[in-house]
Amino acid sequence: MPGKLKAKIVAGRHLPVMDRASDLTDAFVEVKFGNTTFKTDVYPKSLNPQWNSEWFKFEVDDEDLQDEPLQITVLDHDTYSANDAIGKVYIDIDPLLCTEAASVISGWFPIYDTIHGIRGEINVLVKVELFNDLNRFRQSSCGVKFFCTTSIPRGYRAATVHGFVEELVVNEDPEYQWIDRIRTPRASNEARQRLISLMSGELQRKIGLKVLEMGGNAVVGYLQCFDLEGESGLVVRAIGTACSLEKLSSGSILNTHTHPNTAPASNACNSPSKDGKESPLAHGCRSTHNSPVHSACSSQRLSQNFSISVPTLIFTGMGSGGSAGKEAGPLKTLLRQQTQTALEQREFPFFTLTSFPSAFLLHVGGVVNARSVKLLDRIHNPALGNTRSYKLLDWNSVTADEPETRDAWWEEIRQEIKSHAKALGCHAVVGYSESTSICEEVCILSASGTAAILNHRYMREGCLDIGSTDHRFEEPSPPTCGFCHIPYDELNMPFPAQLTYCYHCRRQKVPDVLFTTIDLPAEAAVTGKGCHIQARLCRLKKKAQGEVNATAISNLLPFMEYELHTQLMNKLKLRSMNALFGLRIQISVGENMLLGLASATGVYLTALPAPGGIQIAGKTPGDPSNEQHILTIQKRINDAIAKNKELYQINPPELTEEGVGSPIPEPRQRSRLFRSHSESSDELSELDLSHGKKDAFVLEIDDTDAVEDIHSLLTDANPPIGFYSCNTETMPGIYNWTSGIQMFTSVRILRLSNTNLTNQGLNKIFTDLCENLLKSFYFKLRSMVPCCLCHLNFTVAVPEEELIQVAVTAVAMTFDKDQTQEKLAEKLIPKGGSDTDEQLQFPLELCADSSNSQPSSKISGVPESTNISSRAASVDYGSFADRCSTWLELLRLKAHTIRRGSVKTSRRTQSLAHSVSSLEHSSPLPEGRSRSLRSSRSFGGSSVTVVKMTPLSFLPGTRIIKYLGIINMFFIRETTSLREEGGVSGFLHSFIAEVFAMVRAHVAALGGNAVVSYSMQDCVLMENPNKNQAQCLINVSGDAVICVRESDQDSLASTTTIGHSCSSTTDVTT
Amino acid sequence: MSVELDVFVGNTTIMDEEVYQLWLDGYTVTDAVKVRMEGGVLDECEANADVVLSDTMDQYRTFHMCERLLHSPAKLANQLLYQITPHRQTILIERYYAFDDGFVREVLGKKLSKGTKKDLDDISAKTGVTLKSCRRQFDNFKRVFKVVEELKGPLVENIRHHFLLSDKLAKDYAAIVFFANNRFETGKRKLQYLTFQDFAFCAGQLINNWTVGAVAGPDSFVDNMVEDMDVDLDKEFLQELKELKILITDKDLLDQHKSLVCTALRGKTKTFNEMEANFKNLSRGLVNIAAKLTNTKDVRDFFIDLVEKFIEPCRSDRWTAADMKLYLTHYTNSVHILDTFKHQIVWDRYMGVIKSCIFKMYHD
Repeated sequence: MPGKLKAKIVAGRHLPVMDRASDLTDAFVEVKFGNTTFKTDVYPKSLNPQWNSEWFKFEVDDEDLQDEPLQITVLDHDTYSANDAIGKVYIDIDPLLCTEAASVISGWFPIYDTIHGIRGEINVLVKVELFNDLNRFRQSSCGVKFFCTTSIPRGYRAATVHGFVEELVVNEDPEYQWIDRIRTPRASNEARQRLISLMSGELQRKIGLKVLEMGGNAVVGYLQCFDLEGESGLVVRAIGTACSLEKLSSGSILNTHTHPNTAPASNACNSPSKDGKESPLAHGCRSTHNSPVHSACSSQRLSQNFSISVPTLIFTGMGSGGSAGKEAGPLKTLLRQQTQTALEQREFPFFTLTSFPSAFLLHVGGVVNARSVKLLDRIHNPALGNTRSYKLLDWNSVTADEPETRDAWWEEIRQEIKSHAKALGCHAVVGYSESTSICEEVCILSASGTAAILNHRYMREGCLDIGSTDHRFEEPSPPTCGFCHIPYDELNMPFPAQLTYCYHCRRQKVPDVLFTTIDLPAEAAVTGKGCHIQARLCRLKKKAQGEVNATAISNLLPFMEYELHTQLMNKLKLRSMNALFGLRIQISVGENMLLGLASATGVYLTALPAPGGIQIAGKTPGDPSNEQHILTIQKRINDAIAKNKELYQINPPELTEEGVGSPIPEPRQRSRLFRSHSESSDELSELDLSHGKKDAFVLEIDDTDAVEDIHSLLTDANPPIGFYSCNTETMPGIYNWTSGIQMFTSVRILRLSNTNLTNQGLNKIFTDLCENLLKSFYFKLRSMVPCCLCHLNFTVAVPEEELIQVAVTAVAMTFDKDQTQEKLAEKLIPKGGSDTDEQLQFPLELCADSSNSQPSSKISGVPESTNISSRAASVDYGSFADRCSTWLELLRLKAHTIRRGSVKTSRRTQSLAHSVSSLEHSSPLPEGRSRSLRSSRSFGGSSVTVVKMTPLSFLPGTRIIKYLGIINMFFIRETTSLREEGGVSGFLHSFIAEVFAMVRAHVAALGGNAVVSYSMQDCVLMENPNKNQAQCLINVSGDAVICVRESDQDSLASTTTIGHSCSSTTDVTT
Repeated sequence: MSVELDVFVGNTTIMDEEVYQLWLDGYTVTDAVKVRMEGGVLDECEANADVVLSDTMDQYRTFHMCERLLHSPAKLANQLLYQITPHRQTILIERYYAFDDGFVREVLGKKLSKGTKKDLDDISAKTGVTLKSCRRQFDNFKRVFKVVEELKGPLVENIRHHFLLSDKLAKDYAAIVFFANNRFETGKRKLQYLTFQDFAFCAGQLINNWTVGAVAGPDSFVDNMVEDMDVDLDKEFLQELKELKILITDKDLLDQHKSLVCTALRGKTKTFNEMEANFKNLSRGLVNIAAKLTNTKDVRDFFIDLVEKFIEPCRSDRWTAADMKLYLTHYTNSVHILDTFKHQIVWDRYMGVIKSCIFKMYHD
């Protein structure tokens, strides 16, 4: 009996009137956990009952604690007839199972009814007493922390990143069970909500078990999704990255926070004893546990499954085309080999993280993408034929083989991703995510990520502390540009690309364009500002059934991917940028069309060559009128490019004569991006000194399609003055965030009334829909200017035959108009103080970055003054490391550094001690703060805590002092009085508001005041206006946190940054 | 192709004050869009008509959903559905309960009943305030009336506390409740020149001096919990007012009073002759009003009587406001010198209010 759950029902307020005669309610409460139910007394005739119940105690297994929610039902007592339900509250106990998270849940929860929405509030207290369980074979995984955040959470450092964890569970959908025909919609909705709550609890527990097996203690970048497969069932699946996290002491929390996007710095863990962990004894990773464990009882064979694998395109640099799996050449891979051994033991070297500790990410290859079309099996579920009594969660008898099928599907896709990554010379995939799109019985499974080479040390325990001090020896290039350097062999490229020497360090080759799914690394050098780039595409398809349908879809997919890619590339060029981050390509399937939406954030990476312009070419050069037309278009494009350059402040430094000296590979013939890409990659080996000739993309106007494309290229409006937008965590090139934030969700559905639409017409409609949504956001948020829309996340769907649905969640954040001054000041302060010791130790390195002369680039560890050191005299560590022919040599170097590192440690600890003491006397400890916050809430003027929500992993101007646990909620809302509720818009508007309210209430009850990494995974709306009905399902998740205003501890921050080695973009939030 | 659904929900509820005002004023979405576009909203943020329409519909929906909460403003502060900053909450409430002076002037003193509600379309046509807005304002009056009707304690305080209104607005509502409760006649043609603010001022005077609560005084808690203490006039006081009649019935007293006033006024005003000639008439008028106030019917006619019996004669004699002030001051103070007159306290309580009411009401 390893746990005792205690709940107390305190009071209710704003209850609905249940008795028309008295205009009052006789309310009582049922508290249910597992199969045990308690009841409070009836509080007669009140809309604000005070039950003040005793403590209801449940003695349960911790396994149940993880799976089950606490279910609270508020009812109206009726003497003569059945009691009427007012509504329910489901409380997830999970946050209480972690010692570091919340200790008590206490607060007002909205009472929710799936038909009526929120009906009053109830005040509840919940506690858990856990007994230690030493059973090695336990089924629970209490204590494993879950984070939605796709980076190492603030206040923690990653001792080890173990790698990919995944799991899925399948069950019948209660909505499609026979009993649904006789029960009320309310009962059906509640059965579904409860089932999904149970399933996600179980899923989380199972993932937790895998993490424990791997030796980790946390899951970062946890992403859970539902697949509503209709009659064939309900799939809940999740992926994440298993880590061993260590909490940083309070002093170092302050340190690391100022640098959220890079490694939690070394000061907390630089003790000499930890260095020992680098010894051979330290074990790598146990990858064998990575595979899903299922009971192997698949007597039922799934013969009716049908699947088509789609030839997948790999997007990187430029060009497309299938990739032959060429192994990387021998010269480059000394370093890679070590890493590979660690990683290749794993089944899937995938990471759901999108931003990483510094030095974790060595090189980025490009985006890898895989899709597959599957037919969902209708009849294979034996339960449908049986007269089995209804029971929730009957895994073993009904659907034991189902997870196997789904697992196999995903396994297939993941293998494909893995091999794509390999073809790019990479051993890992970062920024990995999976998604599905279902229409009737067709399901498209998609996975995408960024092929990358990682620093192997993070795969081992106790590595980070050393990594951060000596990574320069391993790393062939500075962090500002290192990740751009190609991981594959230039003589054996997996796809056609133009390589040049890195414009930043001049030592390594870089591609001309880089696409990734991750966030821009904090230390990356960027010129100007970024912008949100979107490619949109609609393709009609014939209505069909079964295999024919699946074949049709899979035939269309490659073309769609190619066109989306082309659009992205053109739009990128139009903005004079050379890299995409946070790329997310969605393909949604409907009965008669496919929708494709690719979103990313474009930037100009200083390390990459400047993009050439776009050149228009006509097919019939003789025709004078055509010529004229082409000239005007060309002029418009050139104007647009010039305008964009100005708008995004892209003024790359002109190369000096000295710079030209380095050999640059020849731009082959002009790459004809549009509709012609037959060049082979093999000719790229000659070197040429003719740098400066910029390569232009040629758009050939040969048919109406192309004209259309050019028009759509030019119609994309830039955001109005004062606005920026991006789909990554923060906007490259914007600093000084101020504290104003506004998270929002917007949904728009378009009905296509015109039945005989063409692809072009449809494209236009879809593009306008997206553009108009953006325009609406800018307009709505105009009072926040200057501001940036961050993490713009578009989700498209085709809910019905003629409907297109776009849902967007994003956050608008204000920033200081004054960008440059602050930034320089901010940059100089921490650097001047912090890095002197490093400079002394690594004098040779100082010159590595001297090519960087503009003030806007951010190079950690290198003060501006180093520009004076001469380039020619520098010793190049990158090539030096390359030249190290043996592992031994590297080891020797490393040992050297470790020794130096430990000398430095003493200094670090000193400054740390200093900062801790100043913390004590200058302001109350963070914990104390939060308590006082809570007490002021209950006695102060306003009784509702303000809970901020953001899809980002941080809140500008604040410091996260505690993670309280994951929020993962699923709601169903249904109405039979659609008109009365203001139509579908009114219905959805209030439902989304209710979901926000319930998330906020749960966070507040945990003692938190913010949700970070918030996302809305699903928003499924079904309507039937003729019957005056609608139903909607929403699934949201995020991390509940306590954060405090940074300004409260300003003095501290400034003292502590002295002990800290790097600066970053987000630093500026102070 | 049509937009089937279009919503935008912020974690912090976004509300545009301009659109809120349009909504309160009862504009339809289409009209509101027109007004906004004419107001130059298109110049901001490169918006187009669709964007403005979408935004307006969204905002209207939000306001519509919040309206329920605005009916009991205290709930707005501790509800969980909408996250609205306290400052915004105050604005929302204050604006929701604000009213048009033109409209309130029409219903002032009328019974807040269904019958009156039926006449709202006439009022709407007459005042130019949209019917929707009229309904909201009328319902607000009725709601406040109903709530404070059942409450004990000071009227203004109760309104401010229950509806979280500003001091000024709470006082105006107190006036409306007071007028509705006593059914003062305000609609007669002769009273048309008076604004709501004139009446509200008078109501304030009456509440502060002539009600039960007024006797208790702000510092006394003894009678603080009397029901309707600020809504009903002090019955005892009204009875005592009858005693003032002696000022006009006793001929000696009347003459004495007149000579005292005339002595004081002589040479100080151009209209002295008219004042002297009219003194008895005017004095009779004021004292008769006082003596009749025990009658509910006559209470209703209080304002019309003031105008007919006092203000109109003075106006026809072309008294200036300064003349009026001078006259009433001496008229009131001279009574103190009449040693046979025993009701000085009642006189002061009566004349204090009459004086300030007439000052307020004496304009074109």
